[in-house]
Parts: sequence; structure tokens; C-alpha cells
Amino acid sequence: MAAIELERVERRYGDRIALAGVTVRIQGGETLAVLGANGAGKTTLLRLLATLLRPHGGTARVLGSELPDGAWKVRGRIGYLGHDPLLYRELTARENLRYQAGLHGVDTERIGERLAAVGLERRADEPVRDLSKGMVQRLAVARATLHDPDLLLLDEPRANLDPAAAEALEPLIGRASGKTRVLVTHDVEGGLEEADVALGLRGGRQVFCRPAAEVEIATARELYA
Amino acid sequence: MIGTARAILRKDLTIELRTKESVPAMTLFTVVVFVLFHFGLDRDALDGDLASGVLWVTLLLAAVIGVSRLFATEREQGGLDGLLLAPVDRTALWLAKAAAMFLYLTALELVAVPTFALLLLAPDLLPALPLLVVTLLLANVGLAAIGALVSALAVETRARELIVPLLLLPLVVPLLIAAASVTAPLLRGSQDPEDLGRWLGLLSLYDVVFVLIALAVFDFLLDD
Repeated sequence: MAAIELERVERRYGDRIALAGVTVRIQGGETLAVLGANGAGKTTLLRLLATLLRPHGGTARVLGSELPDGAWKVRGRIGYLGHDPLLYRELTARENLRYQAGLHGVDTERIGERLAAVGLERRADEPVRDLSKGMVQRLAVARATLHDPDLLLLDEPRANLDPAAAEALEPLIGRASGKTRVLVTHDVEGGLEEADVALGLRGGRQVFCRPAAEVEIATARELYA
Repeated sequence: MIGTARAILRKDLTIELRTKESVPAMTLFTVVVFVLFHFGLDRDALDGDLASGVLWVTLLLAAVIGVSRLFATEREQGGLDGLLLAPVDRTALWLAKAAAMFLYLTALELVAVPTFALLLLAPDLLPALPLLVVTLLLANVGLAAIGALVSALAVETRARELIVPLLLLPLVVPLLIAAASVTAPLLRGSQDPEDLGRWLGLLSLYDVVFVLIALAVFDFLLDD
């Protein structure tokens, strides 16, 4: 069974079309790279897959459940790492993860493991507002993966990370995680190298969707022209 | 649902204790308004209908501040998305926010009522205190229930600072009438006010109706 199946999916904000005619199919364990300039519809697509937005047309099936009716079945199986870290600045790193663990029914023992995995065990009891941007991003990765989701929706997941931190997070959000991933990125070469399937968007419309190995870098770069 | 609501409430109270954004603002507003009434009415002491009206209108306006801030952290720090992504009953969010609002109002009244008695009230407050506490608690339940609903409705709108008072204040008119009607004779020194049962019954009915409405519609409010 495909992990994600989109058939001519549409999404509007008022009269403005944010996504139109998007057709994608990826299998479990595969990575989809979503490429496109600012305003191309990448974040809308990610929020739609996360069940935060309803599709206004076409059909969308995520982890075997059709959206929006089956959204409640898949919410606990999705790890979402968007622009916002979804962390409370006044709470400590540990308190944020404890709160998330409560929402997802996760054993609190995993909090310590995740903090260690993202290298924050020594800063775990400091408020998030006192952490650097890179540390906040690492904590956001810990939050998004705390409940061991089957599907990772990642919007520029390595933003603000130094190379060592990015490498340390590979087992959680990289190919090594073995998860199905949707990766929104402006790093064309890196995205194509990491992905099995590449989706190019321009102005909310699908320009291409094919195996990443068949997409020429020059073609992908035209999306940003 | 109760476990989720407890986790959200614990988080909200921790943040409020650290930021001190809602309860101190509500309390300061209330004290300032009482001082303004003290000088504006040019009277040393109030009683009966006037005292009751001043007390309740001030408390309701202070509640508007609390309701406006109720979803502030969720909006400003993306907490709402985090919650919508979790496999939980979304009504737990309403329950937690209503419980937080109830606690904020109760904390406010612990300061506001003695201040009111000190600055404005003519009769001795002590004999009226037990019935006044019951009335305040019943009113708090209704205010918290409708406040959490209105706050959720306004959270994604641009003009939320306008929408909260415009929606909340008309909806709490029945609550104001009932609460003020119970309180007026108490603040006149009467220990056995007429129609007490009727007005307390109306307050309780208001609470039940809005709790049921919130339970029925809150899930849809958060839907895209």
C-alpha cells in the first residue's frame, strides 16, 4: 500500500489557489522531495498532509486513510517539523517534551532518550527562550519524533543546524530513520540526492513529479527562476 | 480526555506562573476601575443595586482581558498546531482552557472582592460572604465556559481584540442579570433575599447550557 497517494489535489485560500492538480504517489520508507520557490505551495502541501488543512478538491490518502474523514486515524502517526518549532518558550526543553508525551500517550522514559539523541540533556532544564536557534531546532526534532511516527513531514529540517548537529540528527530524520519522509527544501542538489521521488511546484501547480534520479538539476533550478 | 485536559491545564498554569500575563493584568485593571468609581461617583460608600452593578460589570470587563489572553500562547508559539497534530479529543482543549479561566477568575476575585469592600462598599461584607461566594463560583463556571469558546473562535481572526468583547459581553448579559440580582440584596445587608432560588437557578441553568453547547461545537471550531 502506498504511504501517500494524492490525485489532483486542490487547496484554496479564499479565491487564491494555493495548490492545484497535485498528483503524487510514494511507498512506505520512500522520501519525497518537494521543490519550489517561495509561495509555490510547499508549506500548504505539508500542512495538508499533516491533516492541518483540508483538501478542497481531488483525493488525498495518507498512511491508508482518506483525508479529511480519516484524519483522526493518522494524526498520531505523523511527525511534523514545520517553520515554527511548536515549542513553548517559557517551558523548559524537558517540560515541552513531557507535555508532548502526555498528548501522544508516550512513556515519559523516552523523553530522556530523545534529549540525549539530540544532544540537549545538559540544557534540558532551561527554558526554550534561553536556547540558541540551533538548539531549538534540535528540540523541535525531538518533539516531532518523540512518538516514533511512521511519516515525517519536514520543512527545511536542517535550518539553523551546524554540520555536526545535522549529522547527529540523521538517525531521527534522515534516510537512516527508515521512515517515509516528505522533505521540503531549497537545497536542490541535496534534496534530489536524498529523495526517491521529486515534486516540483510553481505557483501551486505541479511542474513535475517523477523519480528523483530522473530529474535534472537544471530543470529543478528553473522552478526558482 | 481528562488526562489530556490535565496536561494542557498544567502547561497553561506553569506558563501563567512564569509570565504573570493574565491574572495580574486582570487584578490591576479591577483595582484601577474600583478606584475610578470611588472618585468618579464621588461617594464614599455604595450599597444595593449600584454596588452590585459596579462589582459585576467590573469583573466582567476584567474577564474580557483573561479571555483575550486565553489562547495567546497557542497562537503566538504554534501550540494549537501541536495539539491539532496529536491523536486526542479536541474538546480536552476547551475543558483545560475553561478550567484555567475559572482559576484565573477565582484568583482575581480573592483580591477584587476585599478591595471592593474596602474602597466602595457601605454594609459589612462578612454576613453576605457565603452566598456571595456561591454566586461568584456559579458565575465563574459560566464565564469560563463561554470565555473558552469565544477565545477559540477569535484565535484565528485578525481582529481578535475586538471580536472577544463583541461576542462575549452580549452572551453574558443573562449571567450579569442573574448574578447582580442575587448580589444586590446581599450588598444592601439583607440576609434572606427574595427570589434567591430563582436567580441562582438561572445562573446554574446558564452554566449547564453553555457547557453543553461548548461540548457539542468546540471540535468543529478548530476544524480548518
